[in-house]
Amino acid sequence: MKHGWIGFGAAVALIGFGAAQAQAAVEVQWWHAMGGRLGEKVNAIAEGFNASQADYKVVPVYKGNYTETMTGAIAAFRAKQHPHIVQVFEVGTATMMAAKGAIYPVYELMADSGEAFDPGAYLPSVTGYYTDTDGNMLSMPFNSSTPVLYYNKDAFKKAGLDPSTPPATWPAMGEAAKKLQAAGYACGFTTGWQSWVQLENFSAWHNVPFASESNGFAGLNTELTFNSPLHVTHIGQLAEWQKSKIFDYGGRRSDSAPKFYNQECAMYMNSSAAYAGVSSNTKDFEFGVGKLPYWPGADGAPQNSIIGGATLWVLAGHDASEYKGVAKFFAYLSSAEVQADWHQFTGYLPITTAAADLTREQGFYDKNPGTDTAIKQMTNKAPTANSKGLRLGNFVQIRDVINEELEAIWSGQKSAQEGLDDAVARGNKLLRSFEKANM
Amino acid sequence: MKKRIVFNHRVLPYALLAPQILITIVFFIWPASQALYQALLIQDAFGLSTQFVWFENFSELIDDEFYLNSFQVTVVFSAATAFLAMSAALLLAVMADRIIKGATGYKTLLIWPYAVAPAVAGVLWWFLFNPSIGVAAYILRVFGYDWNHTLDGGDAMILIIVAAAWKQISYNFLFFLAGLQAIPKSLIEAAAIDGASPRKRFWTIVFPLLSPTTFFLLVVNVVYAFFDTFGIVHATTSGGPAKATEIMVYKVFNDGFVALDLGGSAAQSVILMLIVITLTVVQFRYIERRVEY
Amino acid sequence: MVENRRYLTYVAHATLILGIVIVAFPIWVTFVASTHEPQDLLTSPVPIWPGGAFLENYRQVLGVGLEAAGGVPVGTMMFNSLVMALAITIGKIAISIIAAYAIVYFDFPFRMTAFWLIFVTLMLPVEVRILPTFKVVADLGMLNSYVGLSVPLIASATATFLFRQFFLTVPDELMEAARIDGAGPIKFFRDVLLPLSRTNIAALFVILFIFGWNQYLWPLLITTDESFYTIVMGIQRMVTVADAEPQWHLVMATTMLAMLPPVVVVICMQQLFVKGLVEVEK
Repeated sequence: MKHGWIGFGAAVALIGFGAAQAQAAVEVQWWHAMGGRLGEKVNAIAEGFNASQADYKVVPVYKGNYTETMTGAIAAFRAKQHPHIVQVFEVGTATMMAAKGAIYPVYELMADSGEAFDPGAYLPSVTGYYTDTDGNMLSMPFNSSTPVLYYNKDAFKKAGLDPSTPPATWPAMGEAAKKLQAAGYACGFTTGWQSWVQLENFSAWHNVPFASESNGFAGLNTELTFNSPLHVTHIGQLAEWQKSKIFDYGGRRSDSAPKFYNQECAMYMNSSAAYAGVSSNTKDFEFGVGKLPYWPGADGAPQNSIIGGATLWVLAGHDASEYKGVAKFFAYLSSAEVQADWHQFTGYLPITTAAADLTREQGFYDKNPGTDTAIKQMTNKAPTANSKGLRLGNFVQIRDVINEELEAIWSGQKSAQEGLDDAVARGNKLLRSFEKANM
Repeated sequence: MKKRIVFNHRVLPYALLAPQILITIVFFIWPASQALYQALLIQDAFGLSTQFVWFENFSELIDDEFYLNSFQVTVVFSAATAFLAMSAALLLAVMADRIIKGATGYKTLLIWPYAVAPAVAGVLWWFLFNPSIGVAAYILRVFGYDWNHTLDGGDAMILIIVAAAWKQISYNFLFFLAGLQAIPKSLIEAAAIDGASPRKRFWTIVFPLLSPTTFFLLVVNVVYAFFDTFGIVHATTSGGPAKATEIMVYKVFNDGFVALDLGGSAAQSVILMLIVITLTVVQFRYIERRVEY
Repeated sequence: MVENRRYLTYVAHATLILGIVIVAFPIWVTFVASTHEPQDLLTSPVPIWPGGAFLENYRQVLGVGLEAAGGVPVGTMMFNSLVMALAITIGKIAISIIAAYAIVYFDFPFRMTAFWLIFVTLMLPVEVRILPTFKVVADLGMLNSYVGLSVPLIASATATFLFRQFFLTVPDELMEAARIDGAGPIKFFRDVLLPLSRTNIAALFVILFIFGWNQYLWPLLITTDESFYTIVMGIQRMVTVADAEPQWHLVMATTMLAMLPPVVVVICMQQLFVKGLVEVEK
């Protein structure tokens, strides 16, 4: 019966109907974690690719949040039912890298399929997070962002602060927050993704290591180092500020966002990709985007910030003909037009220099002031071993540990030193068990 | 256990049992035994490298202070949920039992939370108690309580207890009401003639007569709190802050599904299975006795 | 009543009304949220009276479909939930009533073994054994199918146990009478036991329908084809969006719709449900 239909399709093609081509298109499964408006955009990208050629058909499948998507793909891999492409968040990088037999590195894929591929076209500060020690790209960056400072310009005016210059240093943050509170705002600032913003990016921005072995890039025997005096000073200051609500913790992930939207907090640190959400939810006031603050006494600060977000990993075990489609799709995805559109629509960073240039030429940054803050911050200085990225096994749990210990610090159960020491000790234990499972 | 007189048939009983046994073996016994075996392994997420480590996963659990923590959290949570859900339901049932007119209407309005999915209930309560936008959090703040379950472990615990109890009230209510209605009115009338106050009548006559129902519900509620509340925790607190609401079944999920520590998670499943079996046997023995007498 | 103390009756009414208000409050807030514009829901506090976007929100949810949940229309997801819930309900009732019949009314070798084999599955949630079960289902080629969605969840002993409890309360005389009339086991089951079990079947129908409808993690794991998405997993998907705000007005509208069928089932079958449930436990 099945063969009958293929025969029928071929016959139709011979007559010149053309419909058979769609039937013959090789399917490429792409599992992703982009809900909401981002999900629509993902579908549009796949449709754009499918319309651009007739041999391959990319099928995007929304698989829940990042964790659910990754676990879903791993469970599927174990049952040999896995997709070709899966979107994995940055904290899953080490897990994916360690699974040598399960992944098909992007640089190999591109070489094997003969698709034109120039690693130099990509922004090093973005791809650096996902390359091996020889600089080979292992996965295809898709949605990358970096934390920035959003601030309420109306509140700044009310408090007698200059609305065009957000505080550049942490002491200035404290001063500004006090003035904002005096002007009637309940809290000075809040943060989303506390581990990512206040520890991981904090380390890169101040050029101090988050973990040994070049933040884990050089080996699995890495140990956490974010209990250094600078880290303790910073977290200790935030804890001190929590008491008077100069800083107010609003929950994990982006749960603190409403605090900024409803003008409870006048400043808010979160992903640059939150730009679209921030602009659609702040109709009552004008907001601005600034770089992350730094401690003036720290050597080398500000360095450059690191990314978060996710990349597309290719899973092994499919036919070569299907991988050709994956390679073609990646080439399409990297084109300046697609990237520029994605960057402008979502606030995620462009992954190629060409896309950033195109966006500038199109006048996007002039029309939307602040949208280039993220790129400027990312490319502030050439990345060092401390600011290339992080590669830690069991990072999902390490983030949980950090969340838990930070929560204990904010609520006053532990001092900054105790909390960070405990987080390091517990995190190191997780690193050792990852090392053991991947020997 | 079975009827005094039974049918004798060589093939039929096996044929009748076959579908259930087959499904149980394929989708329960087999995967569960896989989980058991997994508990003895240390394996990477993709299943590419595997080491057989005997009981190392278990010994690590014993040393893990957070496992002990999740055990304590579970006990506190289950006890509080069962108590809250049962006492609220009993109060409502006693009141409904007094009323002759409109009792059905009240009943209808009280039973439907039973139909709400735990995952959905979690979303509802999260929305209600969100420290920034939630109505309930706002009301509490008006009364001078700064609600923040993202930071305060006590608040988070209260949140999941209330959400879990909310879903279970309907079920308890139905059983208590049926139990109350089965108590012979003559007994209560006799006590009333002796001059016992309604309160005294309740504690000396009604409550003791309800004890079989109460015990049954206690087991059901504890089992519910142990296992069926996963969706609530998942959607409201994710076990936080600082593991204050990490109940055992959530830890199994989190370690296995999120953290991909399959061996450790499987070891916890095994312990959980043992607890289930114990609870089941307790319940079973008890119900068995009731049937026989 | 024993005596007529007016004030006690008032207290009873007041307590019940208060109870209902507390129980219904979350649903009220949900309903209210589903009738507002998205911006209203991100400012503190969330409104507590309905807004003007009722038609608009529900039209969007029902008609266009939810981009946030992968662009699947709510209608499709509700249909899938319905199929899954019914398959679980009917499948479970069917296999467990005959299994309970075998255990109670027959004597045969390995009867107790079979009983404990089934019994041990009681109450162990799917979350605990989900990864190995996923592998079994994948190996059997049942991913993305209604069979895969429902059959693995049929493997539970609750229904068997409840039928067993009920059968034990059925008077032995019925069977003796049937035997004297020359009725075989199948005829006895069909003509005597099945009609007697009507209320219990109804009660189980309600319980299992809700159990099936409310599944979350299992459908999430085994479906990759949007045409098999279920409504409860759809809601969770809309809430956990990466790097964006959940569209609360649409989430809440979908939540209202998702709660509707199980609530209707509970309320419509209330009498049978309550009777069956309580009788089984007696």
